[in-house]
Amino acid sequence: MSIPPPPFSGPPTGMPRLELSGITKRYPSVVANDGINLKVGPGEIHAVLGENGAGKSTLMKIIYGAVQADAGQIQWNGREVVVANPAEARRLGIGMVFQHFSLFETLSVVENIALALDEPFDLKALAIRVKEVSTRYGLPLDPDRLVHSLSVGERQRVEIVRCLLQQPQLLILDEPTSVLTPQAVQKLFETLRRLAAEGVSILYISHKLHEIQSLCHSATVMRGGKVTGTATPSRETPASLARMMIGRELPVCEVPAYTGIATPALTVNRLSLVPDDPFGTRLQDIELEVHRGEILGIAGISGNGQAELLAALSGETTGAAEAVKLVGLPVGHLDAGRRRKHGLAFVPEERLGRGAVPSMSLADNATLTAQRQGLVKKGFLRPKAAWDFAKRCIERFDVRCGGPGAAARSLSGGNLQKFIVGREIMQQPIAMVVAQPTWGVDVGAAAFLRQTLIDLSRQGVAILVISEELEELFEICDRIAVLAEGRLGPAVPKAETNAEKIGMQMSGLFAPADKEPAHAAA
Amino acid sequence: MPLLEPRSTPSAQMRLLSPLIAIGLTLAVGSVLFLALGKNPVEAFTVFFVQPLSSGNGWSELMVKAGPLILIAQGLAIGFRARIYNIGAEGQLIVGALAGGGVAIALDGVDAWWVLPLMVVAGAIGGALWGAVPALLKTRFNAEETLTTLMLTYIASFTLSYMVNGPWRDPEGMNFPQSIMFGDPALFSPWFEGMRVNASILIAAVASIAFWIFTSRSFLAYQLTVGGLAPAAARYAGFSAQRTVWVSLVLSGLTAGIAGVGEVAGPVGQLNLNISPGYGFAAIIVAYLGRLNAVGIVLAGLLMALLYLGGEAAQVALQLPAAITGLFQGMLLFFLLGTDVFVDYRLKPRPKPAYA
Amino acid sequence: MLEHLIPVLAGTLGAATPLIFAGLGELVAERTGVINLGVEGMMLIGAIAGFAAAADSGGGALAGLPAGAVAGMLAALVFAVLSLSMAANQAACGLALTIFGVGLSAFIGQHYVSFSLPGLQPLDIPGLVDIPVIGRILFHQDPVTYLGLITFVIVWWVLRKTRLGLLLKAVGEAPDAAHAIGYPVIAIRYGATLFGGAMAGIAGAYLSTVYTPLWVQNMVAGRGWIAIALVVFATWNPTRLLLGAWLFGGVTILQFHAQGLGIALPVQFLAALPYLATVVVLVLISRDKRLLQLNLPASLGKPWMP
Repeated sequence: MSIPPPPFSGPPTGMPRLELSGITKRYPSVVANDGINLKVGPGEIHAVLGENGAGKSTLMKIIYGAVQADAGQIQWNGREVVVANPAEARRLGIGMVFQHFSLFETLSVVENIALALDEPFDLKALAIRVKEVSTRYGLPLDPDRLVHSLSVGERQRVEIVRCLLQQPQLLILDEPTSVLTPQAVQKLFETLRRLAAEGVSILYISHKLHEIQSLCHSATVMRGGKVTGTATPSRETPASLARMMIGRELPVCEVPAYTGIATPALTVNRLSLVPDDPFGTRLQDIELEVHRGEILGIAGISGNGQAELLAALSGETTGAAEAVKLVGLPVGHLDAGRRRKHGLAFVPEERLGRGAVPSMSLADNATLTAQRQGLVKKGFLRPKAAWDFAKRCIERFDVRCGGPGAAARSLSGGNLQKFIVGREIMQQPIAMVVAQPTWGVDVGAAAFLRQTLIDLSRQGVAILVISEELEELFEICDRIAVLAEGRLGPAVPKAETNAEKIGMQMSGLFAPADKEPAHAAA
Repeated sequence: MPLLEPRSTPSAQMRLLSPLIAIGLTLAVGSVLFLALGKNPVEAFTVFFVQPLSSGNGWSELMVKAGPLILIAQGLAIGFRARIYNIGAEGQLIVGALAGGGVAIALDGVDAWWVLPLMVVAGAIGGALWGAVPALLKTRFNAEETLTTLMLTYIASFTLSYMVNGPWRDPEGMNFPQSIMFGDPALFSPWFEGMRVNASILIAAVASIAFWIFTSRSFLAYQLTVGGLAPAAARYAGFSAQRTVWVSLVLSGLTAGIAGVGEVAGPVGQLNLNISPGYGFAAIIVAYLGRLNAVGIVLAGLLMALLYLGGEAAQVALQLPAAITGLFQGMLLFFLLGTDVFVDYRLKPRPKPAYA
Repeated sequence: MLEHLIPVLAGTLGAATPLIFAGLGELVAERTGVINLGVEGMMLIGAIAGFAAAADSGGGALAGLPAGAVAGMLAALVFAVLSLSMAANQAACGLALTIFGVGLSAFIGQHYVSFSLPGLQPLDIPGLVDIPVIGRILFHQDPVTYLGLITFVIVWWVLRKTRLGLLLKAVGEAPDAAHAIGYPVIAIRYGATLFGGAMAGIAGAYLSTVYTPLWVQNMVAGRGWIAIALVVFATWNPTRLLLGAWLFGGVTILQFHAQGLGIALPVQFLAALPYLATVVVLVLISRDKRLLQLNLPASLGKPWMP
């Protein structure tokens, strides 16, 4: 699926649209940007490549005026500028599409757009322009729909149209494809290529190598807050780009075969659920079975019932007893604590505030779920036991921290995730549900976590992984199913499917034909 | 540009220092206030904080006032840890007093040792029930407990007014809104001749020890704390949010109810409209000032009691309105909330000039 | 019966006025995500400041209302510094403001206990006041009551029809998003909180200089809390807030007209009625979780820093 990008036809001798020199930004514990230089020409699609924490997002916020640099210069069309705030950036002609959208759910599309434009307030006239622009670029939108009723892909369109209405000369996209199906990614790329052909410069931030290869004319690679190189992506290989990005070979997981007996451990029967949250997704007739010794992956874009399914599996929401079974035992009516007692472990996507209490120490956070491991006796806490438990967890799972007394919030994302995963594993579960195991985690920790999950499954634990990262699912899972609009497709062995087939299902194609609201608006 | 940045680990030092700094700031502003009112601050503080403790009776009064404050605050602190804001302890105190007082009135003339214990039990039940109402409204109907507990306080005080103006009015009380004076079996007898301190202070003492063990050692208190700090984590762990609400509100209602009995069976000696000088509200400050910690609450309760005594003394010696106590209480809480910010945050170092 | 009912309905409008002011102010603040439980305190501070200004200047209510507004705003400023700039717990800060307001107003008020003020004469709206029945109810009110209704119209219009209204809602729903597209979230919240303070201050000053024209300790008597409850009851909608305020105005006024209306209940029961009604109304509205969540400003009460 990797199509080489059209040759870059920007003016080779012309003045760059944007030139950064020596941009530096220090935070108390880290230098996020250290003397960054970067050049983007008119009509150029320029990738900024780097793993989580490399400083990409900070750099983009500096360009967009949301963060101020401590040192360095920004040249815009050959003129030195100070971008004091986002409004200033917009005046200059810089638009940004955020990774976590900056949209307001209870407002309509046109109201959302109006708030970001510096012009007289006339919703009716604006609605007409929104329609015009969205049709012209193949991004159909209904201006009067409320944002909370839009799919994630449609929300991204709102953000893009919002930028386009300001006739930007530079468009920044921060990890735009993490929320899109493979097919929607192709559509987005078409739009971006068209914009580039019209002369718009594009800064494309990503850690997905094949995307960058198929879309971008040039790339700047960042690691640890510094630029480690520039490249022409079409002339590189994924491996060579990865080396520039992480400074070594991309780690690969080992996936041995399971030698035990694969009996069903976690079963979900006809699970239907109407969420309490009015903006939530209804689950409809979910059926799945995870066996001992396997990892079952659930692909799909967040917002399609992932949160609701997780809560129903973990026991954070309860329902019919028979809907969820653990080795044949109905547990659908039990709360999270009781399910854990029966051997179900759960690692949520939010580490701080859900998986761990931010201000509590790791020892106290051990008691959160591992109380049955002798950390509580007759209703009283045993601080020493909790301390020892946390200490063992830290050692066994290579958690880099200040010891069992360190507050959870003082750990990096990867290390806290190792602690939480470790804490759950040390309770010797029969089945384990893991959501977004490597979100915001650096490559080293991600590889460690993936290998840990594979090894655990091969010891006979049934593992269910819900992830937005298709590549991750293909790397660690034995079977993959797709969750779209609250319905779960069949679980298919990894060898019998591919990213394209999964992508089709993500768009809801396995469901009845009327299930594509994306086009209903046009 | 924000001036604060989060600390990676909460400062244990600041947690202990914060109340002391808040007290210091309150005293400083108090001095300015005294100066503005044309009083000598040194003399004023002597009247406020030294004079009340210069006699045996002063110490007795300190105990009389600290007892209910500490008792109520211990209960409230449980809820505050769980972010269940019971601000209607005053109402629970009144209902406790009504229940205990009702027993005393019904058993008037009965000379038995069990009258007083029965009153305490009745008061505890009354207060707990009055706390259970908002708990029910919250768990069943999702109604905000801050508002319901406070509304129930108004309802409790009108109920008290009705009872002492109607059914329970002392027929020989010259139409004053008050009940009969309770007989000796329905009263905590003073320990010393001419002083009001009595055995009810022991209830606060025992409760403080029990709450100290409960909060520092029990798994239930841990669950309540998690529920307050990170509700999603509590759900994730499988801790019941409903139980948190019930425990918080019933327990704090119970202690407030007992405190109510302590008043009517102690210094007040009957039911009337002045059974509490706002103990239920002041206890909120005591709980926070004491770091929601059982030992801290004892110290904070003593300080707050002194503030009450000082206010009374200032009225006499300095001709200042007694309401100055309320003013100091409010300031103290404000300063405390301000200084508490520095437990989790610190001042940002001045940013270096850009393009340096 | 009608001759008894007309004063009740007319009185309802006046009794609703402080709730309308305080409720609208709190509604605007909550729209931006700030829950200020200090309304009762700000009203008390506004009440004593208004009373003092009215009594000391001899200017009566005309001097009292602006003084109340300024005092309420200053009180809200203290709250805002703590809860917005320093990100302290909003619930606790509001509570502190109320406790402080009770103390401060009682302290200053000691000096004014025996004063009384002339109050304000009702202002007849020419022509309209002569409409039978309706005229005596709606158009024979004190000027501040009319001002309250005008304020309602303005707030309704701003929230419904203007970019500012949209922005307030946006900040309350997703401060991060508002910040990302370049809006000064903290400054906007400051503005809304101070507006809430000014409105509460006016409400308090109305009570002490027009409604009862004398100073009584704790004279706000829970109306600040009722105003907060009304905002929930109104599901953050100003029109419903107005209706709620009238409803509570009616319940409050009932005790003064009970005899005339032939209601034979203990006076304490009638006095407790508004508080009881608040609980009932809260329960009725809160039990519909989805309705609340659909309208609740998503960031309400959550501390936010850029």
